[in-house]
Amino acid sequence: MNLVDKISNELIETKNHPNFKAGDNITVYYKIKEGNKERIQFFKGDVLQIKGKKATQTFTIRKISNNVGVERVFPMNSPMIDKIEVNKVGKVRRARIFYLRGLTGKKARIKEFKK
Amino acid sequence: MAGLIAKKIGMTSIFDESGKNIACTIIEAGPCIVTQLKTFEKDGYKAVQLGFGQKKIKNINKAKLGHLKKSKTKNLNKLVEFNFDNEPELGSELKVDLFNVGDYVTVIGNSKGKGFQGVVKRHGFAGVGDATHGQHNRMRAPGSIGAASYPAKVFKGMRMAGQMGNQRVKVENLEVLNIDIEKNIIVVKGAVPGFNNSFILIEK
Repeated sequence: MNLVDKISNELIETKNHPNFKAGDNITVYYKIKEGNKERIQFFKGDVLQIKGKKATQTFTIRKISNNVGVERVFPMNSPMIDKIEVNKVGKVRRARIFYLRGLTGKKARIKEFKK
Repeated sequence: MAGLIAKKIGMTSIFDESGKNIACTIIEAGPCIVTQLKTFEKDGYKAVQLGFGQKKIKNINKAKLGHLKKSKTKNLNKLVEFNFDNEPELGSELKVDLFNVGDYVTVIGNSKGKGFQGVVKRHGFAGVGDATHGQHNRMRAPGSIGAASYPAKVFKGMRMAGQMGNQRVKVENLEVLNIDIEKNIIVVKGAVPGFNNSFILIEK
């Protein structure tokens, strides 16, 4: 492991989120600060990709809101993330499912993985 | 200014108290050894010479080896002079505890060389806007560099194409985010000039 990874792993507290991968449908509960108040909001969508490694990992999730695609990138170990829930495990062949951006409606569905 | 010779390790990002993700640079600073104390009487100016890093003795020339012998140090790689308010002793070791978390430091380094570059990249000229309307092969040209009969010359310092980067660059007011004295590591907010593993100077 190189020194940069080593030190960033020391400086950043890694969180124990449930395992998920591209194609899964997850809900991210994250904290929002308004003045002095703090409240929790959630963002539910499909995971497009997980990027980076260990401490500085990020993930992108996409949802369709009012017929407009909305994407958000979260740092995996952000202290602003309260918790992550995995709603559906998707069946996809790729690690990065950017093809989803070009699809809408019924085409944009992801098959659920069943054992 | 008190300072240390250091090595740029690389960049990463950490979170601050408010949860913001901050880009920062990891620097290995010191331990530096005082190799010479220059005095006003002898050298004409005051300075503290520090040495950092290791080099094989066979790769150091005899003049430098003889100089290092005076301070009873051996195979130091890089020697740089600093100005200290409280002069350290000859041969003593200086560490990152020179700095505190929250300090603002100055970092000096040699920037990454970009080679011979045109004015668009080197000076941020806009270039020519149109590709059509009679325009021909002048998309990134600098345009006029001066008028004709008056002043009948090109002013000194006119911004033109040339070597970009690979020069000494000073970045001021970088906040110190973290210090690890055992590992000689200092984490600084923002970017620092130069390649990873290149020598840099940190000043208070």
